[in-house]
Amino acid sequence: MTAQEAMSKPLLQIENLKTYYPVRRGLFGRASGFVKAVDDVSLTLYEGETLGLVGESGCGKSSIGRSVVRLERPHAGRILFEGEDITSVSQRELRPVRLRLQMIFQDPYASLNPRMRIFDTLAEPMIAHQLIKRGDVQGEVDRLLQLVGLPRAAAYRYPHEFSGGQKQRIGIARALSLKPRLIVCDEPVSALDVSIQAQILGLLQDLQDELKLTCLFIAHGIGAVKQVSSRVAVMYLGQIVEIAPSELLFRKPRHPYTKLLLGAYHPPDPLFRGMERLIIQGDVPDPSDPPSGCRFHTRCPYAQERCRMEEPSLTKDPHAVACHYPLA
Amino acid sequence: MSATTLPWEQPNTRVEGYVRQVRRKFVRHRLAIWGLAVTILLILTALFAPWLTPYPPNDVTSAFGAKPSAAHWLGTDQVGRDVLSRLLYGTRVSLFIGFTTVAIYVTFGTFVGMAAGYYGGWLDMAVMRMTDIFLSFPYMLVVLVIVSMLGSQISTIMIVLALFKWPTIAMLVRGSVLAAKELDYIKAGVALGFRTPRILLRHMLPTIIGPIIVSATFGVAGTILSEAGLSFLGMGVKSPQASLGNMLHDAQSLTVLTEQQWLWMPAGCMILIAVLAVNFVGDGLRDALDAKA
Amino acid sequence: MGTYIVKRLFIAVPVFVGITVLSFLIMNMAPGNPVDMLINPNIPKELLELKRERLGLNDPLYVQYANWLGGVLRGDLGYSFSSYAPVSRLIGERIGPTLLLAAASLLLGLLIAIPVGIISAVKRNSKLDYFLTGMTFLGISIPPFFLGLGLIYVVGIQFKWLPTGGMTTLGGDGGAGDILLHMILPVTVLGAAIAGKKVRYVRASMLEVLGQDYLRTARAKGLRELAVTNKHALRNALIPVIAVVGAEIPLLLGGSIVIEQVFQWPGIGQLTMEAILSRDYPVLMGLNLIAACVVLLTNLFTDVLYAAADPRITYG
Repeated sequence: MTAQEAMSKPLLQIENLKTYYPVRRGLFGRASGFVKAVDDVSLTLYEGETLGLVGESGCGKSSIGRSVVRLERPHAGRILFEGEDITSVSQRELRPVRLRLQMIFQDPYASLNPRMRIFDTLAEPMIAHQLIKRGDVQGEVDRLLQLVGLPRAAAYRYPHEFSGGQKQRIGIARALSLKPRLIVCDEPVSALDVSIQAQILGLLQDLQDELKLTCLFIAHGIGAVKQVSSRVAVMYLGQIVEIAPSELLFRKPRHPYTKLLLGAYHPPDPLFRGMERLIIQGDVPDPSDPPSGCRFHTRCPYAQERCRMEEPSLTKDPHAVACHYPLA
Repeated sequence: MSATTLPWEQPNTRVEGYVRQVRRKFVRHRLAIWGLAVTILLILTALFAPWLTPYPPNDVTSAFGAKPSAAHWLGTDQVGRDVLSRLLYGTRVSLFIGFTTVAIYVTFGTFVGMAAGYYGGWLDMAVMRMTDIFLSFPYMLVVLVIVSMLGSQISTIMIVLALFKWPTIAMLVRGSVLAAKELDYIKAGVALGFRTPRILLRHMLPTIIGPIIVSATFGVAGTILSEAGLSFLGMGVKSPQASLGNMLHDAQSLTVLTEQQWLWMPAGCMILIAVLAVNFVGDGLRDALDAKA
Repeated sequence: MGTYIVKRLFIAVPVFVGITVLSFLIMNMAPGNPVDMLINPNIPKELLELKRERLGLNDPLYVQYANWLGGVLRGDLGYSFSSYAPVSRLIGERIGPTLLLAAASLLLGLLIAIPVGIISAVKRNSKLDYFLTGMTFLGISIPPFFLGLGLIYVVGIQFKWLPTGGMTTLGGDGGAGDILLHMILPVTVLGAAIAGKKVRYVRASMLEVLGQDYLRTARAKGLRELAVTNKHALRNALIPVIAVVGAEIPLLLGGSIVIEQVFQWPGIGQLTMEAILSRDYPVLMGLNLIAACVVLLTNLFTDVLYAAADPRITYG
């Protein structure tokens, strides 16, 4: 256990979470099968840390994020936030919880109401939850804008008048308006230009330090995760295959899939120099009918007979891995 | 930091808001502008009918069935009432019924459609079957039959006309809501812990309002036509009160049709003008709001 | 496909039940009942009460509904108050002329709407397009009875070209040619209304198809514009148009009331007006129910047809 983990207590616990999407066909549209977007995932977020969650698109990482903020209804398992089970409480009961549990959306173009001025977008959450008096709204909006590096004049503009990066700053400011403890960042930079990504990541890091935020940082790019995360979890087909402190995972990946992911990422970073470059072969299998045994065996260059038959479970150590033949 | 160079501060960039964009597109639609002008004119005429009309609409003023003259620009009807005065009052009644009926059913249909689309499940199922049931009845037939039973007070007419029209709006709204529900900023509202009424009224409604407005506009035109049809058949607004439709009702006699055109031509033309104008406004709005309603 | 049809049928069942319930409720809104209608001070009170009892008017509403529905399912729609004839027979006698009128109008409407819509789309934003659009709006905005009266006045009375009302000439042979002459004016009016509604639809559908990639490919292959339009665009544009013809059935049934009144056409619409004026509620109830069921069946039919014609429809 790292020093940090030992010091802090868990803020969010995900236990055996399953989030399935029904595949409807046939008479009366009964579900005839399920896309198992999240299939038995357990994760713990400790106070003050940033956990990165990476994987290819469609691996279920966003579904975890959406399940945590209950935009999806989990099929099975438990989600505990501040020790309270929020898995199946009603949206009404969730309202007070949402003050401390917020989300930053992937697409800043889509996540801001285009018909509302920035002022209203930022003020609305505080007003709706009756956090502040009418007279204080102006000052609070100014403070939020300043916090994310936007001028006060921005308050009187509409979303379409901003660039993508600026919109994402507004999205961040909106999430912060409720002063949350945990923020789920659902691929917050993947819709942005590469040059803008670094700025937003920097902003997120600064805010995190300043406000002592806990983050679940979801991304499909290894680079973004590496910059902000203290720990990283790697997902494949609805399951976590490896989870470790960031530095350890990047230096010594133990799951073949992690290694391949890192190989697909070519950063200007001396750490990766000389690393063998492998390309992940084939397509992601159908998540409604995942392969037997180890789900990665169809694409794994190191797959053995056992991988086809037997499903590996995630080990319990700080550098946990779900592989029969982890890399040294 | 580039975050502070805002697009509107840079030279040569012009960012256009939604409202302005809609206005620009609407103004470009020349027929719509004409339609709007005529509609406004008609509304003003209807509002100020008591001051504009030369005679009280129900008063017998002079000869029966007199030809148009200086005293009676559009002549008088069979009982000697001034046709022009009745025409203006008829327009007033027709427009009132048109707008009020649409207001009733659009409000109700929007409410039901939003609930069905947003909550889904059995509620959605029930609402959809209800719309199927109501829309199975041919509109004119069922409205005619019910009004003939309940009597043709204006309030009854409006309620019955609305009763069999709300499903069209409910279906339209439901479809829009199903699509809009997946929008990130609606989901953001849920994640921010807003109450459902706030999400639906402050975020959902402005998002889906375009097609509703367009459909409501066409609905005003359609309702004016329907009410005229009812009155024409003698089951709408009852004499002595004038409505555009019941002025034509009397033209079914051959003598009126052939000998006294001033008794039916003006009312028919007035309906045509009003409906046409409102329809043009609707078409302009459809283009401007980019709505497929 | 099979499951889709089954599913669609299953949806139609509750709708049918709903239609019968609503029809029944509407009729119960009517002031008075068959017995009260026979107000005759010479009939003793006890006899009236007996009559009420025998007609089941003292039963609770749901029992009355069940009895009535049972009759309906056996084809028994009750008896007319005024002529004492079975409602089903009255409707049966009058439905022919209405169907003739409706079918001819639908045909005329489509024969106008399809070419006009296509020309409008192909020559979009031209003078011709604007003119045709203007005419279309005239078509949907003119009250049918006003157009009808105008045509009677001009064509029938001023020029005496065509008969102004009825289905056959009084004392004439009543042959097909005579009926055809009588049909021209009413079919024109109803057809114009249908055409007006459909032109915008055809135009929009055609524009959508014209903007698609495979047509650009066809043009790129060097096909002339006409060939592109005819061979490739037309079929795809018309599938949705033809399939929603079913949506016009309520309009035709409702619109025929006004048209039949204007032109004295002896169909369902006239029967409706007669029944309304004589407060003949069983006839009105029967008309409402039959009309709604016709609409239900047409919708069912067109939905299935549409699914069969358009491979993109998923049967989910």
